[in-house]
Parts: sequence; structure tokens; C-alpha cells
Amino acid sequence: MAVKVLIPTPLQKLTQERAEVECQAGSIDELLESLDAAAPGIKNRVCDDSGQIRRFVNFYVNSEDIRFLEGTATPLKDGDVVSIIPAIAGG
Amino acid sequence: MVLATAPTTSPRAAFTHLRCKECGAEYEPKATHVCELCFGPLEVAYDYAAIRERVSRDSIRQGPHSIWRYKDFLPVTTATPIDLGTGLTPLIRAERLGRRLGLKNLYLKNDAVNMPTLSFKDRVVSVALTRAQELGFTTVGCASTGNLANSTAAIAAHAGLECCVFIPADLEAGKVLGTLIYRPTVMAVKGNYDQVNRLCSEVANTHGWGFVNINLRPYYSEGSKTLGYEVVEQLGWRLPDHIVAPLASGSLFTKIHKGFREFVEVGLVEDRPVRCSGAQAQGCSPIAQAFAEHRDFVTPVKPNTIAKSIAIGNPADGVYALDQARKTGGSIDMATDAEIVAGIQLLAETEGIFTETAGGTTIAVLQKLAAAGRIDPEEVTVAYITGNGLKTQEAVQGYVGEPFTIEPQLDSFARALERSHTLERLEWQTIPV
Repeated sequence: MAVKVLIPTPLQKLTQERAEVECQAGSIDELLESLDAAAPGIKNRVCDDSGQIRRFVNFYVNSEDIRFLEGTATPLKDGDVVSIIPAIAGG
Repeated sequence: MVLATAPTTSPRAAFTHLRCKECGAEYEPKATHVCELCFGPLEVAYDYAAIRERVSRDSIRQGPHSIWRYKDFLPVTTATPIDLGTGLTPLIRAERLGRRLGLKNLYLKNDAVNMPTLSFKDRVVSVALTRAQELGFTTVGCASTGNLANSTAAIAAHAGLECCVFIPADLEAGKVLGTLIYRPTVMAVKGNYDQVNRLCSEVANTHGWGFVNINLRPYYSEGSKTLGYEVVEQLGWRLPDHIVAPLASGSLFTKIHKGFREFVEVGLVEDRPVRCSGAQAQGCSPIAQAFAEHRDFVTPVKPNTIAKSIAIGNPADGVYALDQARKTGGSIDMATDAEIVAGIQLLAETEGIFTETAGGTTIAVLQKLAAAGRIDPEEVTVAYITGNGLKTQEAVQGYVGEPFTIEPQLDSFARALERSHTLERLEWQTIPV
């Protein structure tokens, strides 16, 4: 599935300063792998040593927090937009 | 942008750099809010030895009648910060409310009358926009539940900054009008605050604007420390025993405590334990739920409460607020919408302060904690009232009765007065004294 991924500023050094990249993935789990192939090192930045998404990183699929969906098993389809957002904001 | 070594201290300002609260990585004090390595929040670091040398109780007393009397503890370098008289709001001894709740030493920190826009947000925005100017921004913005939009728009107008604010589309009318009047661009987003917040993070990523609570957040949040400093000064240079404050993102709660600790660190006040308790609305209580379930993580929720100003389902500083309540021996509790309205009414009737829903939540939780014995009656307790009731009139409409409409004649007045006495007697039968 071809999906668009919005990359936050702290990760843009790994994507040649691009704020948006295209990826092929059928789920968030697969997306993490395919992103890492395109931008080596990115998975280590958004996931901790046990492979879980860090507590200060939020993933959204078409504007919905994946914690309200199926977490990293959330399926992706063609044209979906995945947004990676630092959790520290607002208030 | 990670520094190999810590930057040198500016000759005028005591703040030195930004430091990740999680992994300790250090950064230059630019417009950035999260650690590039672990995404932890960045916090402003200070040279406390330098502050200790230059600050005394006298030097503070002789400072401006605003938050800027504490400028040495705030992350700005300019000699002329934006000052609309923000801060130094009244600390009131609440004897009548205290008697009602069984608390002998209850105080209210009344930011319902903060300047210029009647909420504590004027503190954080004054700091954020002063820093925004120092960093060269000409356009500023925010993701807001209402009070922040009022404050950002007003203070940006005063400072001559372009302003674009984002709010949930269903905000109270007073908060929308109280933003529009300053002529910012207002984006009313069809969604809840957490969606507004996410959108703003995406905009901040691409537009080069200074968002007070996103890329300027490390500076912005420091403004809340002044709520700690002022209470210490107004109590006669002593720490309170217990504070109760509303919890939305959790930032205010943690920064009040940071303010207390800094005053101890530089020798302005004698150390003593301060218990920190937090208040949430039941319809948006992710931190209170985590506290009740003894969890060390906060699970996001979808807000559904009249307390819109604190309706953040995905609180950025939730884990830090949890930790602080537990470590200090405080509590985190929640109030239903009906209890929030009753809290607003109780504060108004006993102390003459009309607060908004966040203040109603704080009073309702204060009442619960007192009833449950979680606040010692002798403790010097400070409840933080963070916003003004005139902005959220919808919340109490229908609960406050109607005026007696009368003819301009004595007998019409006499009949109405008789009727009012009858109604009063009926109310006395239902209200426990």
C-alpha cells in the first residue's frame, strides 16, 4: 500500500530535510520497517530498545491516534496519511 | 543541534540552554521543544549560582508589579519584556469557603483577574511572545481551548506580532469573541482539542511560525512558575503545605512546583514539603484515572465535559503530573459536570469570585479531598483559580435563577421581596449548612 508519511522536524535530518515521504506498508509495524529502509536509523529514534514506540511519540492514521485504533497493528490502505507527531505539545 | 558542550551563559540572562527532561541531551536555546534523540520534552536550564548572587527578597520587592519582578528566573534576555501588568494577582484568605469545607488555612490564588485576558495564560504567553521576538518571529500562534487563544491574540496585538490561533469549533461564545476582538486569524477546527493540537504540530513543522505551546513550549511553560513564586511572596516568604490546581496538559501543575523548588534552591525561602493535588473533570480525566489505577502511564481519552478549558485527552505532561502528585503525597481526583457547576456556585457564593469551569473543577475536587480527609484542616492550602467565569457563561446558565422583574413602584418591590424571602426559605431547607 502506498501511504504518505508526515515527518516531524526532529527526524528530518534522516529524510534529507523532507517533511513528507512516500512508503509502501500494510500496517504501522510494516511502515516502521519500510521507513527505516528508506531512512536508516529512523526506527531507533521512534522506538525504544524493546521495539515499542517511545512514550513521547504519537502516530496518527488519517488524523486518528493509533491508540484508538489497533496500535502498531493498525492496517494501512492506499492513500492513507500517517503523521508522526512528538507527544509533547499543547496545554 | 545537539551540543557537544553546554553553551556559555549570556551576561544578562541566567538561563543557559535547553535540556531534555528524559535523557539529559543539551540544546541551544532556540525554537525547539523536543529532544532529537528520544522525543522527550526540552526544559530551560539556569545557572542558579548566578541567580542566587543577584536576587534577594528586596530586589524582587523592588521589581515591577508584574511577573517580570521574577525575570531572573525566566528565559528571556531583553531588558524590556512585554509587560501588560500580567501577574501579581490577589492571594485571598478564604475564610467563608474554608469554614464550609472545614479548612482553617485556605487561600485562593485568583488568576480570574489576571491581566490582560483574565486567565493564568497571560503569564505563559507574556514569556513566550517576549522570547518569540528575541528569536526573530514575526508571526505567532497557538493550539488553544480558549483562554490561550484570548491571551495570545491580545498580547500579540500589543506587541505588534501577526497572530494565527487554532481552537476547537465548539468553544464557548465568550472565548471566541474574546479572541476575535484582537483581529488575529482564527481557525475553528472541526474536532476536539487533541485534534487541534496535532494539526498545529503539523503546521509548526512547515510554516516557520512561533507556536507558543509547540516550538516555543519550553519558554512558554516557564511562565507558570510565577504562580509558585507569587504565592511564596504573598504568604510572607513561606511555602504552602498543600496546593490544589487543575490538570489539563499537566504543565501548570509541574511548573508551580518547579517555581517552589527554585526559590528553595537560591535561598529565597526555607524548604518544607509541599503536597501537590490535581483536579480533572470526570469527562476528561486520563491523569486522574491513571492515578486511581496506580499506573505510571497515561492512556489518552476522548473528552466529553463542560470543562472545555481543561479538556485535553492526551496530556503532554501527564506522566510528570502523576509522578509529582505521588512523590509529594498529594492526590488527583475528578469532578462530574454537575459538581463542577456546584463548585463554581460555591466559590461565587462564599468568596465573591466568579470562575470558569476549570476553577469549578478545582473547587469541587478541593471539597472532595477535604471531605475525604486528604487535606489536613490546619494545612496552609492554596487552590489555584485559573480563569474567569464571564467567559463560560453557558456552563452555569439555567443554574443561577432569574432576576425579579418589577414595576418602578414600591408595592411591586414589596411583593417581589416577599417572594424572594419565600424562595430563600425553600432553599435553606435543601442546602446543608
